[in-house]
Amino acid sequence: MPDKVLFAMEVMLNGLMAGVLYSLVALGFVLIFKASGIFNYAQGVMALFAALTLVGIKDGQIPFAHLINAIFGTNIHHFGWHLPAFVAIIFTAIVMIGFAWLVQRFIFRHLVNQEPIILFMATIGLAYFLEGVGDLMWGSDIKKLDVGIPKGMNETIELLTYNRFGYGFFIDNLDIFASFLAVILVLVLVGFSQYTKQGRALRAVADDHQAALSVGISLGYIWVLVWSIAGFVALVAGIVWGAKSGVQFSLSLIALKALPVLMLGGFTSIPGAIVGGLIIGVGEKLFEFLVGPMIGGATENWFAYVLALLFLVFRPQGLFGERIIERV
Amino acid sequence: MNNVSQGDFVTSDGRSIGSALMEMQNITLKFGGVVALENISFDILEGEVRAIIGPNGAGKSSMLNVISGFYVPQEGQVLYRGSLRPTMKPFQVATHGIARTFQNIALFEGMSVLDNVMTGRITKMKSGIFSQMIWKGRAEREENENREVVEKIIDFLEIQAIRKTPVSRLPYGLKKRVELARALAAEPSLLLLDEPMAGMNVEEKEDMSRFILDVNSEFGTTIALIEHDMSVVMDLSDRVVVMDYGKKIGDGTPDEIRNNQAVIDAYLGVSHD
Repeated sequence: MPDKVLFAMEVMLNGLMAGVLYSLVALGFVLIFKASGIFNYAQGVMALFAALTLVGIKDGQIPFAHLINAIFGTNIHHFGWHLPAFVAIIFTAIVMIGFAWLVQRFIFRHLVNQEPIILFMATIGLAYFLEGVGDLMWGSDIKKLDVGIPKGMNETIELLTYNRFGYGFFIDNLDIFASFLAVILVLVLVGFSQYTKQGRALRAVADDHQAALSVGISLGYIWVLVWSIAGFVALVAGIVWGAKSGVQFSLSLIALKALPVLMLGGFTSIPGAIVGGLIIGVGEKLFEFLVGPMIGGATENWFAYVLALLFLVFRPQGLFGERIIERV
Repeated sequence: MNNVSQGDFVTSDGRSIGSALMEMQNITLKFGGVVALENISFDILEGEVRAIIGPNGAGKSSMLNVISGFYVPQEGQVLYRGSLRPTMKPFQVATHGIARTFQNIALFEGMSVLDNVMTGRITKMKSGIFSQMIWKGRAEREENENREVVEKIIDFLEIQAIRKTPVSRLPYGLKKRVELARALAAEPSLLLLDEPMAGMNVEEKEDMSRFILDVNSEFGTTIALIEHDMSVVMDLSDRVVVMDYGKKIGDGTPDEIRNNQAVIDAYLGVSHD
């Protein structure tokens, strides 16, 4: 095979891996949107917050240390422990559940039956609030997140492809790990929603609030549940992104990359979020590789949005979204 | 206050009906300045089919929502099995043994018929989220037990053939039947039907009437229904409340209602002065 084709294949594979990360973030959006009709702009910041909290708990940072030091004139920074990643992840998950409950209790409970745009505005407010709290709690410096995910080039794949094609593919172990994680996460989510009582209740609420109430499902409980799950998905996304490029505040911007993914996949479809993420990931990498050099590069910044725009024009419900039928 | 003495009411087909399951006492419900219900009293006896009829805008739906506890009336009280019923949150109504169907069908369109009916059992399933997730012990046993009850109801309402069909693909009449199945799955002590025949053709209406009567006689379920189709109601119900402009204008057996001058006026129309 000619080198260029092989190289394109490698680019494509790497695109798939990058797409997995987009999918993870988009998944969190879809979960909340399906169950409550809220487009949660804060999903990206939730990923950031989860990653910050994970690092903080793992390395024994004292939350609000700067604030406490400034007020009381103390000089404390660390509890002086280093927890195993596994334990820290469990504690962070508990924090995210607490966050879900607070959001439900203090924001969305008061906004039941409001217009979607108002709910959306509330999540924008939430995003900035959470970003501020994250900064205040854990500080704004870039942190290294090491939870023991393997990193660096996968040598087996390199060796195999080298022997086969005479050209070794460079695939990062972290990306492979992230892909497995995403697959497991999706399987667990699908299993949960299909085969458990709570999952059935969740789908019921997603379909019809009134009917859900009539069979005795508490909407408040389901919303806390779904925000908790979205928080957990954000945690997974935060771990993977954080391990890849460090926990920094630009992490919250990945939410913006999830938007075109959702437009492609449809706002209400879990498979849509996955496939949409993969298409965007592969698409932008291949486009950059094939067309980029001709037009001066840097296409990765806008390719996803242009693709989403095309979808909005020709297939506004996305690939898997519910068909929009309006009776007149 | 009650114009039927309790405990010894005998229906036209000779069944004797039990004591009051629910009593509405001097219910007044207002929305701002609009009086939707004005000083209404009646009771629902254990095991009967109780109909509430009236022309459009008479306040039937408001009445149903008061019975279900969804609306809290400004005045008057609701007694359940002889004692005052506490105020409930909307989702708690089901745990208090009240199941309902809706005028504009409210089903879970994305789910299969079986899953829809299974949601009716949600209040009966007590296992927690973690045992559900590992799907062992209590969760598994519960699912199987509840599945049995649901299958029985599905057989009873003759919807076995469409068990696995997504609800969104069903015709209107069948959707109504699935909704009835979901309400029955909760094994309610009171079943509320909001215009169960609305928008049906004659054949579908006959089917639905048969099912309502069967449910009542087989399971002994107390049923309260609203309907504006007079003929259907007269065949179906043991006792009828007639409403007009938020007031009760008649209460009695179908025969009594047929001969009630106020009811005839309301339906045929006379000048209101």
